[in-house]
Parts: sequence; structure tokens; C-alpha cells
Amino acid sequence: MAETVQTLPAERRTEVLRQSWSVGIATGLYGISFGALSVAAGLDLWQTQALSLLMFTGGSQFAFVGIIGTGGLAAAPAAIATATMLSIRNGLYALQTRKFLDARGAKRLAAAQLTIDESTAVGLAQPEQPAQKLGFWHTGIAVFLFWNLMTFIGALAGNAMGDPKVYGLDGAAVAAFTALVWPRLASTTARLTAALAVALALVSSPLVPAGIPVLIAALAAVALGLRSAAHHEPPLEGEDGELPGSDPVP
Amino acid sequence: MSLTVAVLLACVLCFGTKIIGYLVPGSIVDGERVSRITTLLPVALLAGLIAVQTFGGDEGELVLDARVAALAVAALLLWRRANFLVVVIAGAAAAALVRLAGLG
Repeated sequence: MAETVQTLPAERRTEVLRQSWSVGIATGLYGISFGALSVAAGLDLWQTQALSLLMFTGGSQFAFVGIIGTGGLAAAPAAIATATMLSIRNGLYALQTRKFLDARGAKRLAAAQLTIDESTAVGLAQPEQPAQKLGFWHTGIAVFLFWNLMTFIGALAGNAMGDPKVYGLDGAAVAAFTALVWPRLASTTARLTAALAVALALVSSPLVPAGIPVLIAALAAVALGLRSAAHHEPPLEGEDGELPGSDPVP
Repeated sequence: MSLTVAVLLACVLCFGTKIIGYLVPGSIVDGERVSRITTLLPVALLAGLIAVQTFGGDEGELVLDARVAALAVAALLLWRRANFLVVVIAGAAAAALVRLAGLG
């Protein structure tokens, strides 16, 4: 990134780095709750750490361990499908970030793994291309480091705690999912989607194996997505000019 | 399928969703309809998860227990614009306290 240093004034560089690392540290801290919930759901320390290292997309990680926690190994196919669908937005972010990253080969693989809500948001928030690049990489690396460190600490703490229900860890999972969906509920269409999804999940829950109700709930997005397209509503956007669907976790 | 295999498979597929954005021609996913559905997809999945994690019993039957308190406290705190970690810890505390009081 030598050319980045040359074309970006020192004060702008400092500004972008400060922004990137504060976002990275703040977001990475949430890894502690993921680590604790993951071991409470029955994953071991290494499986938990593998998710933070290799999956590295918070919503998908929480969903994966949540479904395994409810349905065990039998629910693994549903857990895998849900985690994958929640990660599709990262691919959409990549369509934006690739315009300023211009990464090839191994660097492109690294960029792909670091393409998450925060790195995309910080990158796109910069007006000039060298700063976009700098912001993306530093935010991605900062979140990656702290998210993984905190996952490890959370998993150790979770292992030491014993029966997770005594500490209300199942309540923590509910709260975490609520916090993840909250910023996405800015539009009426999003709220209707959530309401329909809840209804579909509750109605189907007694009838189908664990994990499947969440996949059935996904149909709400298809139904409301087609409906709103037909009504030509304005584009779906989050509050405060955030990316649509930006997460409080990676 | 062992749990480790499931973990690794999910990781590979999630990486696939990321890398594909760097490889495909942009026009494929630029459609308005597709982008609306993909924007709403996380909302539907997360809302569905909240529903089953709050009300789902061991056999998938619907139950009312301490987790409802966690949901209520979380929603209240988020409405008050609380931080993510605060919400998660308060959710755990609410469920634990209700259980301690013998109410579920």
C-alpha cells in the first residue's frame, strides 16, 4: 500500500486510521458474547474459534450456534443454510468495495474474507479512493483481530460458567438477535417482513424439525420483496445514512 | 455429519458468498427485485430466529418462559438506543432473574 501513503495527506491518514481502529475495537468486543453463547450451544472451544476465524460474519455465526443450540446436530443443515443466507449481503457489499480495492490474487481472497458490514461502511464513508482502501483494510483487520481475541475469551468464560440457563444465556441469545435485527427495521416493509417471519416461524415450529422454521420465515423476505417492488417504494435504507442492514457485529 | 464438518462447511459457504461478489459481473445482482429480497432476507431470518429462540420448546412446541423477559428488556433497551453488549447482558440478567424467582 505504498502508493496509498504517498497520495493521502498525513492528517487524513491519521483520521482514517483512528476511525478504522475505533470501529474495530468497539465491534470486536462483542465477540465475547458470541464466544460464550457458542460454547453454551454445545460447540467446543475450537469449533467456536473456527467460526470467528473462517466464517467471520457475526450475524451468521450467532445464527449458526443458535440453531445448533436448539436442534443439535440434526439441525446442522438448517444452521448451515441460515448462516449462508445471512452472509449473502457480504457478497453485495463486495460489489461496492471491489470498485475501490482493485485487489488481485491472494490479496483479493483476504479482501473477500474481510468484507463485512464495518469494513464496507468505513470504506464507503471516505470521499477519496486511497482513504476508502485504507479504511476498508484497517477496519477489516482491526475487527478480525479483536473479534477473534474476544471470541476466545468469551468461549473460555462460557466453559468455566457451567449450566448456561442459570446465567440466562438463552435470554442473551434472544437479546443478541433482537439487537441484530433492530437497526434493520427502519422501513415499514422491513417491519412487515419481520412480523410475517415471526408468524411463519411460530406456526411452523411445532410441525417441522428444529431449524426449519427459520428457513420458512425467510419466505417473508421473498413475499414482501416482490410486493414492495410492485409498489415502487423508495429504496430501503437504514437510519443515519447507514448501509441497509448494517450490523452492530461483523 | 459431525459438528466440526458442519462448522467447516458453513464457513466455506459463507466465504463463497463473500468471494462471489468479487468475481461475478455486477449486472447479475443489480436488479431492483433481487436487491429488495436480499435486503429483507436478514430481517426475515433474524425475526424467525427471535421467534423460535424465545417461544420454541424442546420439541418445537410453543412455550412461555423466562426468555420472554429477555426479549422485552432487549426491546426496551434498544428503543432507548443502548449499546449491543448492554442489551445482551441485560437480556441474560432478565432471564436469569425471572428463573431465580421461580417464574419459568
